[in-house]
Amino acid sequence: MTLWLWLLLSCVLAYAWKLVGYLVPASLLRNPRMSRIAGTMTIGLLASLTVVNTSASGQALALDARLGALAAAAVALWLRAPFLVVVLAGAGAAAGLRLLGWS
Amino acid sequence: MGVEPGKAGPESAAPVRLAQSPAVRVGLSISIATGLYGVSFGALSVTSGLDFWQTMALSLLLFSGGSQFAFIGVVAGGGSGVAAMSAATLLGVRNGIYGMQLNALLQPRGWRRFAAAHVTIDESTATSTGQTDPAEQRRGFWTAGLGIFVLWNVFTAVGALAGSALGDPKQWGLDGAAVAAFLGLLWPRLKGREPVAIAVVCALATVLAVPFVPAGVPILVAAFVAALFGWFSHGRSDEGLEPDVDPYAEEHEAARRAGRGRGEAS
Repeated sequence: MTLWLWLLLSCVLAYAWKLVGYLVPASLLRNPRMSRIAGTMTIGLLASLTVVNTSASGQALALDARLGALAAAAVALWLRAPFLVVVLAGAGAAAGLRLLGWS
Repeated sequence: MGVEPGKAGPESAAPVRLAQSPAVRVGLSISIATGLYGVSFGALSVTSGLDFWQTMALSLLLFSGGSQFAFIGVVAGGGSGVAAMSAATLLGVRNGIYGMQLNALLQPRGWRRFAAAHVTIDESTATSTGQTDPAEQRRGFWTAGLGIFVLWNVFTAVGALAGSALGDPKQWGLDGAAVAAFLGLLWPRLKGREPVAIAVVCALATVLAVPFVPAGVPILVAAFVAALFGWFSHGRSDEGLEPDVDPYAEEHEAARRAGRGRGEAS
């Protein structure tokens, strides 16, 4: 039940960010530093989420089939595959490595 | 305006002009490309431990791909609801910047402003700002925004239903799919040396933090490091503000080739 609470709060905050851009006078937000932080934070968060989903297992670090998924996704992206193909490559690599016995 | 029958007014001539509008064509194709990967979000969300309606609530109400993936990514890793909310909210900051750009560009009034805010995401912004004519900018924004909203939700539902029928998510490599999805969201933003440096530093900060803080918190540590980087360094002010799926990929690719051709010739 508490997950619902945080989830709905996330939705409210997400909409609030979007709306702020439309309602706040442009001069306030046209600060280049603000826009830069929004950008660097997007890169940092996505890099962090990639690493956490690849190697974290609770509070421990683990090297498992997910590392193969990361490599397969990188190759697919290098070959300019569309997003859905990249995701399928990641799933296929992890599933395949598990079939071969690497957890 | 109002001389030729085909250009009588924005309402009466809409069907004729919409079919010829480049922004509408781009908006529709980006809607299909982005909407389709709602399948992966839906499937990953239910296997992360969210139920069908929680998954749908994220797609209907939060409606911002990166933040949605962040929320379920933190939950899947055993993080708390607060950590999931914080990661999703921090990833949503850039939508405020987009809102400001679009407000200046499209100047929506009344209820349209509130509707526009909801469909203000990477792709609708990129489709709009890629056009030069104000009318085309408006059409591009609404076509991409509404098109993605509808398809993203339809395909989230498809993915969520398929995901719940799958059984053991690990056997299907769905944790690997999540890894690939995050790398796929990050990849288009790694243009140049600086964003790569930010990504590497934040990845290292994450790895170092994992053993010492509760699950979910390492992501917030990385966000803090990235914010410091943005505060103290001076670079492009639109760093990292690129769509996951580039609406103008063909044009950009052609420009890249042309630029390279010129470079080789000279």
